[in-house]
Amino acid sequence: MSATAALTVHNLRVGFGATESVVNGVSFEIAPGECLAIVGESGSGKSVTARSLLGLAGGNARVQADRLDLGGRSVLGLTDRAWQSRRGKDVGLVLQDALVSLDPLRPIGREIADSLRLHTTLGAAARARRVVELLDAVGLPDPAQQVHKLSGQLSGGERQRALIAAAIALGPPLLIADEPTTALDVTVQAQILALLEQIKLSGTALLLISHDLAVVSRIADRVAVMHNGRFIESGQTEQVLGSPQHEQTRRMVAAVPADKPRGSRLSPLDSPATQTVPRSPAPAPNATEQGEIVLEAIGLTRSFRRPDGSRQLAVDDVSFALHRGSTLGIVGESGSGKTTTARLMLALLKPEQGEVALFGRPWSSIAEKDRRGQRPGIGAIYQDALGSFDPRRSVAEILADALGPALTNSRGSRRSPQSLARLTTLLDEVELAGTVLPRRPLELSGGQRQRVGIARALAGRPEILICDEPVSSLDVSVQAQVLDLLDDVQRERGLSLIFISHDLGVVQHISDEVAVMRSGRIVESGPAARVFAAPQHPYSVQLLSAVPRLLG
Amino acid sequence: MSDLEVQAELAVRSSQSFRPRRLGVAEGVAGLLALLLLIAAVAPQFLAPGDPLVIDPLAAFSPPTFAHGFGTDESGRDIYTRVVHGTQYSLVIGIAATAIGLGLGVMLGTLAGMLGPIVDFTVNRVLEVLFAFPGLLLALLFILVFGPGVATATIAVGLSTAPGYARIIRAQLIAVRGAAFVEAATVLGRTRWQILVRHILPNTLAPLFVLATLGVGQAIVWAATLSYLGLGAEPPTAEWGAMLSAGRTYITSAWWMSFFPGLFIVLTAVTATVLGRSIDRRMRHA
Repeated sequence: MSATAALTVHNLRVGFGATESVVNGVSFEIAPGECLAIVGESGSGKSVTARSLLGLAGGNARVQADRLDLGGRSVLGLTDRAWQSRRGKDVGLVLQDALVSLDPLRPIGREIADSLRLHTTLGAAARARRVVELLDAVGLPDPAQQVHKLSGQLSGGERQRALIAAAIALGPPLLIADEPTTALDVTVQAQILALLEQIKLSGTALLLISHDLAVVSRIADRVAVMHNGRFIESGQTEQVLGSPQHEQTRRMVAAVPADKPRGSRLSPLDSPATQTVPRSPAPAPNATEQGEIVLEAIGLTRSFRRPDGSRQLAVDDVSFALHRGSTLGIVGESGSGKTTTARLMLALLKPEQGEVALFGRPWSSIAEKDRRGQRPGIGAIYQDALGSFDPRRSVAEILADALGPALTNSRGSRRSPQSLARLTTLLDEVELAGTVLPRRPLELSGGQRQRVGIARALAGRPEILICDEPVSSLDVSVQAQVLDLLDDVQRERGLSLIFISHDLGVVQHISDEVAVMRSGRIVESGPAARVFAAPQHPYSVQLLSAVPRLLG
Repeated sequence: MSDLEVQAELAVRSSQSFRPRRLGVAEGVAGLLALLLLIAAVAPQFLAPGDPLVIDPLAAFSPPTFAHGFGTDESGRDIYTRVVHGTQYSLVIGIAATAIGLGLGVMLGTLAGMLGPIVDFTVNRVLEVLFAFPGLLLALLFILVFGPGVATATIAVGLSTAPGYARIIRAQLIAVRGAAFVEAATVLGRTRWQILVRHILPNTLAPLFVLATLGVGQAIVWAATLSYLGLGAEPPTAEWGAMLSAGRTYITSAWWMSFFPGLFIVLTAVTATVLGRSIDRRMRHA
């Protein structure tokens, strides 16, 4: 088999500078028409592995291997110049972020034609024809028109298609896709995955790099799980995901939230002491036992001015109610008005029509001066935790500030012991060690940042938390920990949550009630169990069928 | 107090304190030079006990010798003494001009950034008009109106740097004002004033501090330029630009008359620049 393999890697080792290696002896091969997925968390070395196969590991990288064959020919120790003639022709690359991977000032047709111009003898007219063919092949509607567009004028899915078209322009026997769908909405993600599968079926070998087990399980024939620069487990997809052998793999499989009932844990408990104590069962989502309404949206409408002066409805007649102690999940794709809804609930935006009521009293229509006193009652958790912190402040200052003036105002004078005690309780609650206190948010990991974000939101002793994509930028296993944490604090404090996400799996796991948003409207809402089991609206059906699930 | 509480207390208290990092060679040399320049400005007698204005016609046009390290000028005044005593003019002009420019810039920039679109529009148009003139030309115009002298030169340099600062402050302010952490503070229930003082201003002005250090170097060069043109300090005064101007006539026969003042203008400007960049790097890392 190795004679015909599109890619053969034996004992690949990559290191940077004097530090220890990032990739420690990885071996694999991919046959034509086969898809191997390398799955791992950020920092596991999967992207470095992929880049080494293209000679793009970086100037200060030491790439060593016993064997590194591309299409039967060794590429070990190739010079930059030699690589240039191989890249594109022998191996194509699709990157995660198509917006930055495409030149924003050149039409996509020109971008795609580049590799044809450099590697083939086709004339200009033939190249133009080929580009249109390629765009057609990747399923871009109306390709003859699209070639003249700039990458900024395309949607995320269209850009990704254009990028794939550029990668397969020369028909390379191997295509490497590094997180090709991570930035995309679920329905678009499903389409791109289908496209990649089609390319695979046409005989191209596909190396897929992803942090998301559920995504790769759709098209990968084999999966290799990477951890600390090594393959800790590899094999047929069904086998690895169905009966994972390694502890780390099991953890990753368990962390996928889709189809895990509300209240079940996604991450292993740390201390053995708590492990033996069974958790109190999750309160059964029971429509008859709903608590009072704490936050209510009544016919909210809000529009924005487009650059050309016309107005675009971002939120269109949206109504829902949040009951005490429950979680309302708002799910929708980008541009559906989810975040605008969150900002309306937080009274950062005024609705043009409609009203937000907090504890049955007006909230959006009162003056900010009157609202300020009640603001601690509503906490917010943001997707970009880092951006939500003042970069000049340490974690201690951020939390002390959120706890109130008692701890920060009188610098030098004695701080109240109660406040300090509250700061430490807060840290305990979000399971952070005291060592993070003097650090700045920039020096924390993604998971730690979001924990600090949650701690800050809890500081004002809120009854309601509004979470806008709180786990979207996190690795699956870190996401699992943060979701578990949110679940814990909700239970302990009796919080009511509005949980906004584009990820249906996450929403399904955490929500009692669900509202599906599309183009500013709620197209369907109801108990999570009902909506996910038997969606009524065609859009909900489409959205649900696109959710990546583990096999079985 | 529990262990964690002690940690918390320490962290809250110490997190704003300065964290030392290793000094580079350039930073060390620049620091040393800055110290010497500061001593020269505050206590010139300490480094050069003589009088910078006393003439000694017998020793005129002496090249650098043991007695006159930097040589003497056409009236026999010791160049070394004059350069040391001239430091205070240059530094005071440089710092004062930067302070004026920065102060005006902060005022205009804050007005434009905080007071809504009408003020923003007006201030922006005024800044554009000022930008239409090269900085030095603006300074010359000002001196033309108010007459030459050290004070007018300082104000002139300050005025001509103000539009640049104002622009940067306005842009920074608008960026910070829309930052997610400002919104987060609103959600926590902070007043506009608290947010302005605690979050917006510190994040706007901190980068400016670096810019100002860099600006001092530029202001010194400009002030010297004005004096060189005869629009700043008057000739007998021991000011670097004026000395440079006086030496110009004799540049072929007595190079030291213009070389040493020129060298110090360059050294001071470079010192300010190196220090500014070093502070910048530290703040980015902190």
